[in-house]
Amino acid sequence: MKILVAIKPVPNPDEKVKIKGDGSGIVLDNIKMVVNPFCEIAVEEALRIREKLTGEVVVVTVGPKESEQQVRSALAMGADRAVLVEAGTDLDSLAVAKVLAKVVADEKAELVLMGKQSVDDDNNQVGQILAAVLGWPQASFASKIEFAADNKKANVTREVDGGLETIEVALPAVVTADLRLNEPRYASLPGIMKAKKKEMKVVPVASLGVDTTPRVKVLSLAPPPLRAGGGRVADVAELMSKLKSEAKVL
Amino acid sequence: MADILVVVEHQDGVFKKNTLSAVSAAKALAGLFGGEVDALVLGDGVAAVADVMAGTGVRKVLLGEGAAFAKYLAATYAGAVAQVVKAKGYGAVFAPASTFGKDFMPRLSGLLDAPLASDIVGLEKDGDALRVKRPMYAGNAIGTVELVGSPLLFTVRQTAFNPAAMGGEKTPVEKATVTAEAGGTAFVSRQETKSERPELTEARVIVSAGRGIKAQENFKLVEELADQLNAAIGASRAAVDAGWAPNDWQVGQTGKIVAPVLYIALGISGAIQHLAGMKDSKVIVAINKDEEAPIFQVADYGLVADLFKAVPEMIAELKKLKSA
Ligand SMILES: Cc1cc2nc3c(=O)[nH]c(=O)nc-3n(C[C@H](O)[C@H](O)[C@H](O)COP(=O)(O)OP(=O)(O)OC[C@H]3O[C@@H](n4cnc5c(N)ncnc54)[C@H](O)[C@@H]3O)c2cc1C
Ligand SMILES: Nc1ncnc2c1ncn2[C@@H]1O[C@H](COP(=O)(O)O)[C@@H](O)[C@H]1O
Repeated sequence: MKILVAIKPVPNPDEKVKIKGDGSGIVLDNIKMVVNPFCEIAVEEALRIREKLTGEVVVVTVGPKESEQQVRSALAMGADRAVLVEAGTDLDSLAVAKVLAKVVADEKAELVLMGKQSVDDDNNQVGQILAAVLGWPQASFASKIEFAADNKKANVTREVDGGLETIEVALPAVVTADLRLNEPRYASLPGIMKAKKKEMKVVPVASLGVDTTPRVKVLSLAPPPLRAGGGRVADVAELMSKLKSEAKVL
Repeated sequence: MADILVVVEHQDGVFKKNTLSAVSAAKALAGLFGGEVDALVLGDGVAAVADVMAGTGVRKVLLGEGAAFAKYLAATYAGAVAQVVKAKGYGAVFAPASTFGKDFMPRLSGLLDAPLASDIVGLEKDGDALRVKRPMYAGNAIGTVELVGSPLLFTVRQTAFNPAAMGGEKTPVEKATVTAEAGGTAFVSRQETKSERPELTEARVIVSAGRGIKAQENFKLVEELADQLNAAIGASRAAVDAGWAPNDWQVGQTGKIVAPVLYIALGISGAIQHLAGMKDSKVIVAINKDEEAPIFQVADYGLVADLFKAVPEMIAELKKLKSA
């Protein structure tokens, strides 16, 4: 099966973000960029499917040249090759989805795996938009993918409010990964060495003929209202009495 | 501006209250730029849901029914909403930022080539322009966003907009003609997390447990405390990943966003991703044996203690309070 995995670099989610003084963005100096955790899960799933069904795993990202580093991380996990569509960082979800649709068509992918959400913009959009643009079935928030015997369909279990839901999708389809789909492997040292030599095709976004004018523009960022926490109580008795008479919530 | 459509969430005919926050957000937009707010109910045999919506102060309720809508599917919903939007010329569409809205609204965005702002927490007018507020970076930044095009699409963070009142004077329910195209998808099954407790996103009190609870059987203790408080139960990702709690109990950036009157965190360290889901709660209690745990930075009442000692004491105190 030929699987395309869309990945996005994000600032290391374990570091606290600082907003620039003028609100124009976040401070990225000294912040490590990593593969969006949900995209790592998508890469892992693609590798597992390839291990079972054979085929090829192609990683694709839409963004600046520097994304090569995170692309190489995905190649080090075991993906076969990569496409980097070189573009600015101001593309919105619609633009990214339209660009990805071109790559999907070009590559004749039979399955597209993505993360459910990038943890910087927290949009949770691109996979579903891509499915619409391609006119393909979608299964978002996947925690399990099981292929039918003929590999023409898959049952996807989705993490939804209220529990779990299973839907059947005909392939080709777009599936977005939730946290419980798998646990991504670490790249091995030989994997990292090999990744340096794997093919990475760089495609200028302009060559794809997609209108990428942003339709959703982030004008500025501001810190959220600060919470005055840090209060302490000595024991359960004090806690309960304060909840009752001070906070008045009991 | 043109009229506004709210897509109603229900689970197999049971109305979901998070729709009421989407109604409020839609009304906020109408208040700023004009237009009337209508609601769309899709399903099969869901006249009761339309009837509930008719009492929420919308101009009218459109009811699109058919066997193909009996089970929710992103393709049928996005397709039907697109038909209604085109037929009636709606200028904006709102839905809750639940796994329902987050699933079909981006698909609608792709179908209509229309801009979508996810998980919005505010709408403002700046001169003639609409400015949308939405959290980014796990809630560590609030973005001000501009949307270009039409219709404008929004999913609404439930905790950010007061729910519209229910049970008001009934407005008309109209039949909407919609066709369903499942586009290669089919519903197979649903595994509901059974619970007698209030829903996480609607509860006044939430008791949440993390890795510190150590084992599934220890959730009994959490349940006992929740019983005393008529609380919903939440969990950190660590507790869900360990299989001690169902996935839909996860509170956080990528789980449920909650803002109850009282949130009690037991054995939860307070990672950025967890805080993103609960730091707007009115009162936060944290019980953790590590006094350096970051959860204490957002807690109003932090107790450094072993939860296995503290929670039974709390349960005893609450029982005393009740009988007093
Ligand atoms: C992409 C991504 C998305 C994520 N989304 C979410 C999300 O939506 N929600 C979420 O919660 N997390 C999320 N996480 C995970 C998050 O980063 C943390 O790993 C997680 O929240 C930790 O859970 P925890 O606090 O239960 O566990 P830990 O961090 O291990 O903390 C356990 C705590 O229990 C305390 N403890 C232990 N024993 C006791 C005792 N007997 N009494 C009292 N205290 C005790 C310890 O001191 C410790 O502070 C996400 C991570 C990623 C990468
Ligand atoms: N610039 C991008 N390049 C490639 N894939 C992307 C890009 N942005 C988002 N994606 C994919 O879409 C998923 C959801 O992202 P988002 O809709 O931005 O939250 C991510 O996990 C990626 O798989």
